[in-house]
Amino acid sequence: MTAAPTSTGVQPGKGPSPQGQAPRKVNFDLKQSGIYIALALIVVAFTVATEGDLLAPQNLSNIIVQYSYILVLAIGMVLIIIAGHIDLSVGSVVAATGAFAAVLMVEWDVPWPFAILATLIFGALIGAWQGYWVAYFGIPAFIVTLAGMLLFRAVTYMILGNKGIGPFPDEIRTLANGFIPGFLGNIGLGPLGGADLFSIIVGVAVVAGIAIVQYRARAGRIRYNQVVDPAWLFSVKVVVPAALVMFLVIQLARFRNLPWVLVLLALLVVGYTLITNRAVFGRQIYAVGGNLQAATLSGVKVKSVVFWLFVNMGVLAALAGLIFAGRLNLAGPTAGNSFELDAIAAAFIGGAAVQGGVGKVVGAITGGLIMGVINNGAGLLGWQTETVMFVKGAVLLAAVAFDVWSKRRTAGAR
Amino acid sequence: MTDTILRMSGITKTFPGVKALQDVNLEVRRGEIHSICGENGAGKSTLMKVLSGVYPHGTYEGDISFENEPCQFSGIRDSEHRGIVIIHQELALASNLSIAENIFLGNEQAKNGWINWNRTNAAADQLLRRVGLSETAVTPVVQLGVGKQQLVEIAKALSKEVKLLILDEPTAALNDEDSAHLLDLLRGLRDEGITCVIISHKLNEVMSISDRVTILRDGKTIWTAETADLTEDKIISGMVGRDMEHRYPEHEPTIGPEALRIEDWTVYSPTQPDRALVRRANLTLRRGEIVGLAGLMGAGRTELAMSVFGRSYGVNISGRLIKDGKEIQARSVREAIDHGLAYATEDRKRFGLNLIEDIKRNVSAAALGKLAKAGWVDGNEEYKVADEFRASMNIKAPSVEAITGKLSGGNQQKVVLSKWIFTDPDVLILDEPTRGIDVGAKYEIYTIINRLADEGKAILVISSELPELLGICDRIYTLSAGRITGEVPRAEATQESLMTLMTKEVQEVAP
Repeated sequence: MTAAPTSTGVQPGKGPSPQGQAPRKVNFDLKQSGIYIALALIVVAFTVATEGDLLAPQNLSNIIVQYSYILVLAIGMVLIIIAGHIDLSVGSVVAATGAFAAVLMVEWDVPWPFAILATLIFGALIGAWQGYWVAYFGIPAFIVTLAGMLLFRAVTYMILGNKGIGPFPDEIRTLANGFIPGFLGNIGLGPLGGADLFSIIVGVAVVAGIAIVQYRARAGRIRYNQVVDPAWLFSVKVVVPAALVMFLVIQLARFRNLPWVLVLLALLVVGYTLITNRAVFGRQIYAVGGNLQAATLSGVKVKSVVFWLFVNMGVLAALAGLIFAGRLNLAGPTAGNSFELDAIAAAFIGGAAVQGGVGKVVGAITGGLIMGVINNGAGLLGWQTETVMFVKGAVLLAAVAFDVWSKRRTAGAR
Repeated sequence: MTDTILRMSGITKTFPGVKALQDVNLEVRRGEIHSICGENGAGKSTLMKVLSGVYPHGTYEGDISFENEPCQFSGIRDSEHRGIVIIHQELALASNLSIAENIFLGNEQAKNGWINWNRTNAAADQLLRRVGLSETAVTPVVQLGVGKQQLVEIAKALSKEVKLLILDEPTAALNDEDSAHLLDLLRGLRDEGITCVIISHKLNEVMSISDRVTILRDGKTIWTAETADLTEDKIISGMVGRDMEHRYPEHEPTIGPEALRIEDWTVYSPTQPDRALVRRANLTLRRGEIVGLAGLMGAGRTELAMSVFGRSYGVNISGRLIKDGKEIQARSVREAIDHGLAYATEDRKRFGLNLIEDIKRNVSAAALGKLAKAGWVDGNEEYKVADEFRASMNIKAPSVEAITGKLSGGNQQKVVLSKWIFTDPDVLILDEPTRGIDVGAKYEIYTIINRLADEGKAILVISSELPELLGICDRIYTLSAGRITGEVPRAEATQESLMTLMTKEVQEVAP
């Protein structure tokens, strides 16, 4: 990224060297890595401040369960932001879909699988409504979703009146709060005590999966004579995430196995990462956000891309609505209040650019975790609400300031 | 007895890599209408920007003296303060504000920061009468047509007690009636003692309105003469009189069957739906042939190309597209691409590239489907394809993962061309393919164009540079005010004959 196009440091046009034998600048993307470093620093700071309580098995589990619905929203939000739009309505959509699900399951006794499906479709319809106004009618997303914020909050009140509806069936509560049963019993981990064997097997499988996928990707690049990271860096890039996954899994296994929402989240992250990196649709999102006119003139059906992004956001908001309602075991009229702010903040902290065209699903998740860790750590330390707000606001501003600054710096280097 | 109001001497203005103005001299007499003529890119607008302080003192060399006093404008406010007002081709009115608010924008009739609306509107009404507008001053500008907006601009200039009024292509967007009214008004202002400098491509207007004419070519003054001693032909030969060097690769075409025929193509403006930008145009493109499309700014070249390319510009488009003998429908860009059309834009930064992405993602952008199975892109194939283009097009970059925003203009253009070649088109429309790139890279682009023709593609090159069209095209169409005014084989074409056709006025025939 830093090399000028005419630089002779690498031999242009002479056929790239496989195996990274040419001295090549390590592909170190400060902007992306900055987020991970920030998360690590925040985790370390709170771990020290809480004398290790932050990383205790039960608390790690809490962070994930407590913040899962924001992370689900952040995935949809970052896609919309990459395309150059915004969605202010997701908090209200969470409430409306939660209320919808409650009426179906609690009042009408609809079996839960059908109720979940219907709720997701309801979310999709809400997304289609907003997507129509943004993509085909041409109203800025800011306005459409600001209206949606009011509309769908109103819909929630129309459904619920001024009361909450609950309790939800066990399955929904399990999805939001529950854990995978320990199929294989516990094993002893020496000084760490007992841990769920099944969870650990899953963890090992995930680590193996990471290693195999990374290795095959690298082999593919080598086969196509592309430049790859040197072996040591490749190893680091496999070992560090693997170690983190194993640490997380072992801690969770020591508490109560893997939460269902973590499994769901992991599937969403993997799925959406694949879509953004490798699917034609995902690539078109970046094209639309990077240069709308160029995308249009390249034959991208821009309106359709934007429309389906909002549909997708609606479905994810409905999913978050189910998780949130299940977690509280109650669908309330004020559910999801200001969730949109957390989701938007997560995307921007995670490196998405205000102008669109830039952003990553993993970044948004990391951004969401930064907020989650701050929330949780602050809770452990007994901070006042205003302190937590202040810190979160400062982190958001700092993250975007960093983004703007790094862009100006690279522009100046041109 | 001549009284020189403005003297610009030895003006040289350099942009990175380009000398836009080189030792330009201009003298304007008090109370005359002085036309400046030249091809696109000759430096006319740059000269006016130097004069009005858009390019402040110190960013250019040379001296300006106005009313016998040296001027060192640091911005447009300085020059307006002295009575020099420029009206740009793109009108700069705030369309939701009233006429009066626009006239006094930045010059509010205020006391202690509070606007006196009575005074504002009364003064504006007076100015409107002066320019012959019957609207009231509180009318929102958005309700006016372009012709009347132009008059509001002049009223705005008059409110600043203008001594020297500069108009850049004032009639380019006007119909004949509005143009005639505007020219009458300018004659009236001249009689009141206001000096006018007009930049115009319409030579008949130049002949009818101006007292003297100055010709610019390639950033240099060619001559200044009394209009009475001139003919349109003399002006044309002054504008184009440039020698052709070996700047174009040799090419012997092998012309094949017809690839695309455009019939009766008519396009209306999206902002003024009653104004036709292209009128009943007919063009034929054959395989292996490089066809040029010549036309002055505003003739409708890009509008023609973009409307053909999946109706990506204009409204109420009518006409037929016949591809390989069969009529096709290209109602969207996707359909156009699927029918084997490609259009490389004149503005690669705004319309051609995603500047924050790397080369490979730009190369694949218009044909991702070719790299995908069931909706999933094969990143390794993408890299390979882009790398092959990097080698064959000689794109100078460390790798195909270099960000396109950081490449030079020539290399960016090669990425745009790669993108379209990768869609494997039969018909390539190249809009200003060498704009803003250096001479060496231009030669490479010409070589690529020749190669594409030899591969059997039909190519349409749109260019403002006549020598370029004469240098690379086998046949050239000329476009004037939205109409095809000529079709000339290269052997018979000269810059003069093309310029005559490009400035030809075609009488309106009711369609």
